[in-house]
Amino acid sequence: MNTMISAQDVHKRFGALEVLKGVSLDVAKGEVIAVIGPSGSGKSTFLRCLNHLETIDRGRVEIEGDALVSTDESGIARYVAEPEIRRICSRMGMVFQHFNLFPHLTVLDNIVEAPITVKGMARDEILPKAERLLAKVGLLDKRNVYPSRLSGGQKQRVAIARALAMEPDIMLFDEPTSALDPELTGEVLRTIRELAEERMTMLVVTHEMAFAREVASRAVFMDGGEIVEARPARELFASPEHPRTRAFLENML
Amino acid sequence: MNYVFDILGPLLAGTAVTLQVFLITLVLAAPLGLCLALLRISRFRLVSSLVNGYIWLMRGTPLMLQMLFIYFALPFVPVIGVRLPDFPSAIVAFVLNYGAYFAEIFRAGIQSIDRGQYEGARVLGMTYPQTMRRIVLPQVVKRILPPLSNETITLVKDTSLIYVLAMNDLLRAARGIVQRDFTTTPFVVAAAFYLLMTLVLTLGFAHLEKKYAVYDE
Repeated sequence: MNTMISAQDVHKRFGALEVLKGVSLDVAKGEVIAVIGPSGSGKSTFLRCLNHLETIDRGRVEIEGDALVSTDESGIARYVAEPEIRRICSRMGMVFQHFNLFPHLTVLDNIVEAPITVKGMARDEILPKAERLLAKVGLLDKRNVYPSRLSGGQKQRVAIARALAMEPDIMLFDEPTSALDPELTGEVLRTIRELAEERMTMLVVTHEMAFAREVASRAVFMDGGEIVEARPARELFASPEHPRTRAFLENML
Repeated sequence: MNYVFDILGPLLAGTAVTLQVFLITLVLAAPLGLCLALLRISRFRLVSSLVNGYIWLMRGTPLMLQMLFIYFALPFVPVIGVRLPDFPSAIVAFVLNYGAYFAEIFRAGIQSIDRGQYEGARVLGMTYPQTMRRIVLPQVVKRILPPLSNETITLVKDTSLIYVLAMNDLLRAARGIVQRDFTTTPFVVAAAFYLLMTLVLTLGFAHLEKKYAVYDE
């Protein structure tokens, strides 16, 4: 199975506002996809539809060949049963713009919480792995600190380690550096880049154009709730085909 | 001073009654309040409306009236009508009443937790009950300590209402002696007892707040 994510004709509206107007995207194993576009273009919503943080109105989402939601002839999106949803979505880790670390738990406990509660692992069992992940993101010395003591960049790196502790096949990043001071984005992007080098399948919604160009294998430009252009990242940045892509990129640089 | 020692016996007996009502109510009303709060934020309209109505009823009528109703009128109510002795009547009224107040405190606490916490837990595969137990409620406790402390202190003093069922709590014991001996000294001693009880609570809650201060949000 080489297709990790398959989204077909995904529609989503918030009340009268149609946020996604039929978005389709296939993601192959090991691909790093940068989703770029102006704010309000639906890129975050699209990401959130992939792991059921938002429900879609129409379309189909498959994760590693298993349907999360599909639409029958009557045009109504039907989700699989809740335990099945959780099973499918557990293959995806997610990192948020605002970290969403658990403030009442130490850095280490943030990481071991889900493996213990969800997977039923013993603390001793997960501890070495948690420490290895913390070392990997360069924060082993912060293991017993509460999240409020960390800088934004450190928080985000803990959030990445926390997601990785569940051993996902896919990582979703929802504007991981947008809430950070400019001087702190580098450390987070470096961590994501390392994951890319390990061939982790990733979808990264981002405003960091340099990062998207260099790290992503493919760039997806969204505008007005649809994918305008999706091509190998270097090509898209070097010679955008669509006028809207060109206008957006010119604005960003 | 000797006089104070003389009246200490009945006042301590009254304090024992007061403490019993206080402790039993606290132990039963707090979990009831938590359950009511969880039901009130349920997405099933009917459930949350019923709890809403219950809270309105319990906060909207005097606790004393509720106690009198359960003691005197409940036996005549069809189906659920039972005749309860005075102490259980008082306990039932206190638990039902304080459960409603605790429910609102818990609800406010739960709803003050950022949606991102639920999402953070969800993408890690946690179920709603797991999220509540492991992520949301531990943070709620920290946030509601000040109102919880308020409510608990009020409870200590509200116990004096059980005199309407002719039970000898601390205040009624004191009043009995005042009427017998024509001196207000028992009131002063009773006040000191109440202050001592609320001091213990105040210190207890201060300790809890300090314990939870290890993390900021």
